[in-house]
Amino acid sequence: MNFNRAMVPAGNLKPMLRKLVLALAGVTLAGAAHADWGLNMPQGVTELSQETYDLHMLIFWVCVAIGVVVFGVMIYSIFAHRQSKGVKPAQFSHSTAAEIIWTAVPVFILLALAVPTARTLVRLEDSRDPDLTIVVTGYQWKWHYQYQDEGVGFYSSLSRPSLEARRKQSGIDPFSVDNYLLDVDNPVVVPVNKKVRVLLTSNDVLHAWWVPDLAMKKDAIPGIINEMWFKAEQTGTFRGQCAELCGKDHGYMPIVVEVVDEDAYRAWVDTRKADEPRLAAR
Amino acid sequence: MSTIAADVTDHAHDDHGPAKGLKRWLFATNHKDIGTMYLIFSFAMFLVGGLMALVIRSELAVPGLQFVHPEFFNSMTTMHALIMVFGAVMPAFVGLANWMIPMMVGAPDMALPRMNNWSFWILPVAFGILLSTLFMPGGAPASGWTMYPPLVLQTGDAFPFLIFSVHLMGISSIMGAINIIVTIMNMRAPGMSLLRMPIFVWTWLITAYLLIAVMPVLAGAVTMLLTDQFFGTSFFLAAGGGDPVMFQHIFWFFGHPEVYIMILPAFGVVSEIIPTFSRKPLFGRDSMIYAASCIAFLSFIVWAHHMFTVGMPLSGQLFFMFATMLIAVPTGVKVFNWVATMWKGAMSFETPMLFALAFVFLFTIGGFSGLMLAITPADIQYHDSYFVVAHFHYVLVPGSIFAIMAGVYYWLPKWTGHMYNESVGKLHFWLSTIFVNVTFFPMHFLGLAGMPRRIPDYATQFADFNFIASIGAFGFGLSQLIFIWVLVTAKKGVPATDAVWDNPEGLEWTVPSPAPFHTFDTPPEVPPLRHEHA
Repeated sequence: MNFNRAMVPAGNLKPMLRKLVLALAGVTLAGAAHADWGLNMPQGVTELSQETYDLHMLIFWVCVAIGVVVFGVMIYSIFAHRQSKGVKPAQFSHSTAAEIIWTAVPVFILLALAVPTARTLVRLEDSRDPDLTIVVTGYQWKWHYQYQDEGVGFYSSLSRPSLEARRKQSGIDPFSVDNYLLDVDNPVVVPVNKKVRVLLTSNDVLHAWWVPDLAMKKDAIPGIINEMWFKAEQTGTFRGQCAELCGKDHGYMPIVVEVVDEDAYRAWVDTRKADEPRLAAR
Repeated sequence: MSTIAADVTDHAHDDHGPAKGLKRWLFATNHKDIGTMYLIFSFAMFLVGGLMALVIRSELAVPGLQFVHPEFFNSMTTMHALIMVFGAVMPAFVGLANWMIPMMVGAPDMALPRMNNWSFWILPVAFGILLSTLFMPGGAPASGWTMYPPLVLQTGDAFPFLIFSVHLMGISSIMGAINIIVTIMNMRAPGMSLLRMPIFVWTWLITAYLLIAVMPVLAGAVTMLLTDQFFGTSFFLAAGGGDPVMFQHIFWFFGHPEVYIMILPAFGVVSEIIPTFSRKPLFGRDSMIYAASCIAFLSFIVWAHHMFTVGMPLSGQLFFMFATMLIAVPTGVKVFNWVATMWKGAMSFETPMLFALAFVFLFTIGGFSGLMLAITPADIQYHDSYFVVAHFHYVLVPGSIFAIMAGVYYWLPKWTGHMYNESVGKLHFWLSTIFVNVTFFPMHFLGLAGMPRRIPDYATQFADFNFIASIGAFGFGLSQLIFIWVLVTAKKGVPATDAVWDNPEGLEWTVPSPAPFHTFDTPPEVPPLRHEHA
């Protein structure tokens, strides 16, 4: 600890101490301290993000159940079958029945897991009949969005307050910046309850487009067009980041998706279109 | 790590002892000397890679960029992984193999001693080259240890040196693997049938075949990168009609068996230790061997589960998901067998046993997160997040590295002829186990909450768990200083008996402690396994 602290330049001591207090208190009370502090996968705002979350919890509880049995037996054995208690070791070395059981039971558990998983996977891959298609292109280090049917297109980069605070030893406390590293100049705007198809590619190296609340992540690969889709069922602002190492500013190309109602979406498209010639002339 | 007793004059048939001075090591052909060098080298690399991890954890302790630039941060994650995988874990297991396999099968030495010398001495050269890239224009490789194109082609002057050092590591591994296979196949003492071989020897035999199968694949992949960069080919360049995803397929065809290369010998070590300290034969010995073989086979048909987000066809995703889930079955068999070995035994808890027990607990946790990662829709959320970082560190640190430490504590008295300091060993164990969990457990939460891996700075909601992880990392790093203390004082303890422990099974416990420079000049009598009597 002292060690750790000694390495911190004076300017950063305060947030560090604050984090220490929070970290210690946070283990039990953090839910209250940070609104968006998370322990678990978000349930998200699409049907598929909910299904993904449910699968995640299903497999999690299966693992917990197996863990309780295996670790329970092990811990019991560690306490009950120890030499210091003067037990005589048994000398058995196999049991065909036991071995058949613990080979067969996992097979059945896996089969039971495979069915719902495959069902969700099939739905994830079904991007037919979209209401709206956006072509997303990864660049080192920003995203470009092109709305295929609207004729709207723009770059989206890290917003200025984060950009200033992210510099090495900037002296700006990241906690004082709203949505530090998760805010952009031009967010993607999509209508609620519409099937949005995302076509992904890249201009240079690999990137990956990930918004946890939409349960969508796919690689943007030069020369290849990848496909995914989402249908947000709630309005709101959802944030994500590039998830494939893409060079020095990999950590600085966030994604912001604003899900709005149909009218607000149309209004946004119209403003964008009106701005287009001006932006193009620049 | 340990020095072998130089004084072997009291040993009757020792007509040529070790050479004196530097020559002994430079021209070493003795399996014990080469094993020692492998172990010392891997420990040095463990410390170097560990320092890099501490650079990473220092930068990530609090949000904001305090110490390093993002380019250097990426170099640190890349070099940390390359050094830990190829410099620390793999050579440590080869070191244990060199020391123990000839003694366990009753052979006088490795089958190909001069090649053994070469396969070791290539390693310092390979890592010298790799580490020298830190001082090159453009910096050390920063594209991740997976070296995905096109990003890896943006590496500066370091690029050809990266490729060349990977080639050298591959050559070293292949030669080591050939040596191990030839030794096991040809030099077992009479009476030691394949199924009577110690489990450590078995798991290494399987591992050696995996190495021979996949290291050339890695060499091919990086050679294609080299020709793409310098000779105008376009294997992986979309602009020339190539496919960047093909690299990932080839890389992970190597990469997935590679993770079993790093864990199968660990299974072997733990399968030696648990029966000894449970005073009971290994449960389901034959099924342990079949399970290890099954895992090795399956490792060849699951590679694309590392690539569920690259845009594979649905059928491909389903195949790789089901195949990956299947691995849980033989892995489960191994864990259940270890637990059944402990059941109704008479356990005692010396340091090697403590590390082996922690291995079973914590590797199983890594196995659980592995099973979760197999579930493709969930993997789409987990992929390239800190959840994956937590998963593979659980199987590699309290998995592979704890098994290596367990093995070192278990066989150290046989190497040095003295008992190490048990209470210091236990202190090392407890601190390591506590801090390894403090470091890596919070990473599960970070990943689920949406923190991507390989980023030098993060949004403020990730601050708490990152800070805890950084405390853990420094604690774990400092705990390893205790390990250095144990090793430095290894020859100060009370003299060890030939059996060292309470009646362990195996030929290595029939020779004196320390093991003489040459063991088994004439093949020993191999008794039937104890449970065969029963």
